[in-house]
Amino acid sequence: MKTINPQRRLFFGAFAAFGALTLAGCERLSRTDWFPKILGAGETASEGAAHLLTSRKAMAQEFTVNELSPDFRSNGTAQPASDAYRALMANGFADYRLEIGGLVERPATLSLAELKALPSRTQITRHDCVEGWSAIGKWKGAKLSALLEAVRPRPEARYVVFYCADPMAEDGTDLYYESIDFEDAFHPQTILAYELNDAALPVKNGAPVRLRVERQLGYKHAKYVMRLEVVSDFAHIAGGKGGYWEDNGYQWFAGI
Amino acid sequence: MPPAAIVSTKPVGALYYRHRLPVRTMHWINVVALTILLMSGLNIFDAHSALYWGKSSYTGAGPIFAIGARMDTGGNAHGVTRVFGHEFDTTGILGVSTDRDGDAMGRSFPWWATIPDNRWLSMARSWHFFFAWVLVLNGLAYIVWSIASRHLARDLAPDRNDLRSIGQSIRDHLRFRHPTGEAAKRYNVLQKLTYLGVIFVLVPLVILMGLALSPWADTVWPGWVDVFGGRQSARTIHFISAWLLVGFVLIHIFEVIISGPWNHLRSMITGRYRVKR
Repeated sequence: MKTINPQRRLFFGAFAAFGALTLAGCERLSRTDWFPKILGAGETASEGAAHLLTSRKAMAQEFTVNELSPDFRSNGTAQPASDAYRALMANGFADYRLEIGGLVERPATLSLAELKALPSRTQITRHDCVEGWSAIGKWKGAKLSALLEAVRPRPEARYVVFYCADPMAEDGTDLYYESIDFEDAFHPQTILAYELNDAALPVKNGAPVRLRVERQLGYKHAKYVMRLEVVSDFAHIAGGKGGYWEDNGYQWFAGI
Repeated sequence: MPPAAIVSTKPVGALYYRHRLPVRTMHWINVVALTILLMSGLNIFDAHSALYWGKSSYTGAGPIFAIGARMDTGGNAHGVTRVFGHEFDTTGILGVSTDRDGDAMGRSFPWWATIPDNRWLSMARSWHFFFAWVLVLNGLAYIVWSIASRHLARDLAPDRNDLRSIGQSIRDHLRFRHPTGEAAKRYNVLQKLTYLGVIFVLVPLVILMGLALSPWADTVWPGWVDVFGGRQSARTIHFISAWLLVGFVLIHIFEVIISGPWNHLRSMITGRYRVKR
C-alpha cells in the first residue's frame, strides 16, 4: 500500500480532530439555555430587515387558477380530536360561533353566516410550510381588518391571538394557538378563510375557519379558529411565546 | 503591515507576506460560517427531503430529487435516492444511516453531517439564519475592503497575460505543477477566475436563492422569484449551489494539500508564505 506523506497525514489528522471537536461543541451549545438566545439574534435581525425593506402593505404574490395545486395538502392536525369539534362537524358547523373579545370596545360572537356577511377577499396564494414545501390554493374569507374595525380595538391593543379547536397533546389539552401583530392583522390579504378552491373549507384544511396571513410560513395560518382575543402582549398566554410552535422553539416572526 | 519580503535564514526560500490581515480574518470567518450553513442546511432539508421545479411542490408532477427510506420484504430498511425518476440504493449515507450507537435510522443525511446531529428543525433554522447573517456581513465587508484596498484590482482581476496563459495554467493544474519563485507570490489565472466566480456569482446566488424562500422577502417585488422558476425551483437552486460551493472547497483543499499544506496554512494564519526558488 502506498503510504501517505507524514506531513499530509498530520494535516488530515488535525483537520479531522478540529472538525470533530467543533461538531461536539455545536451539539453542546444547542442544548444550553444561553447559546440559542445568541443564535436568535439572526432571526431578530431578519425580522428587522424584513420590516425595513418592505412597506406595511407590501403584497404577497398572487397566482392564476392554472397554478392551483390539484389537492391542497393537509399538514399537522387533519381532524381535531375533541368531542366539541366532532359535535360542530356533525351538523355542518351550523352551531359554530366565532368569539372575538379582549381589548375591544364591542366584543362579538358571529355565526358562520354573519362572518360571510363581512367584506371578503378572494386570493390565490402560495402556502409555504416551514418544512420546505409549497402548495397553491384559492382562498375566500372575511377580511380581518373589517372584523377588527367592527369590534373597535382599544388604544393599547397590539396583537390578535387565535385560539383553535385542535388539541396538540394526546390527552386533549394544549390547544393550538397563534398570534399576529396589528400590521399583519390589518394587512389587506389577511383573512379568516371559509372557502378553499371555491368549496367550503375542508376539515383537513381547518374547517370551518382558518387564518391566512400570506407573508408568513404555514404554522402562523391557524386552522380551526374558534376565538380571537385582542391583547397588548401575549407573555401570559400558554408558553408565553405567542403560539404553539413558538412555545416549541420556532420563531414568532415566520416571514423567513 | 505592508507587504514585504522577509529573508529567511533557511536556504529553501524566502518568507513572503502574502495575505493581509483582513483577508485572513474573513477567510476563517467564512470557513466557520459555510461549514455551519451547510450542516444546518442539511438538517433543514430533512424536514422535507424532496426538491421540485416550479412555483409549488404540488403541481401534478413529482419531485425531481428525493431522499427516502423503504422496507424490503425481509424487514430491512433501505435508503433510496431518486433523481429524475432513477432510483439509487444509498443505504448507509442517504435515506438510511446509522446513529451514534450504530442503529439504523431514517435520515436524509447522516448525523455527522448535520447540525444539530438529530432531527431538530427549529434549532437548525436558528443556526442557519445566524450564520447566514455572518456570511452576508462578512461578504459585504470583504467586497468593500477589496475595492478600497485595491485587493480586487491588484490581486484578483486577471490581466492580459493571465488570460493568455489560461491554456498553460490548465495544463499545469492537471499535472499538479505549481508555480515557484516570483509567480508563486500571485494567484494564478485559474485561481483568480475561480475566486471571482465564487465571490461574485456562486455566493450571491446561494444567498439570493435563500432569500427567495422567505415569503416576506418575496413581497419586496411580488413575482421576482419567478425569474428563477418559482419558490420551489429556488429551493432546488439553493441546494445545488450549496453543493457547488462544497465542490469548490474540496478542490481548494486538494490544491492546498498537494502544494504544501503547512506553508499555505501558515500563510492564511500569519500571512507569511515560503516561496520556493
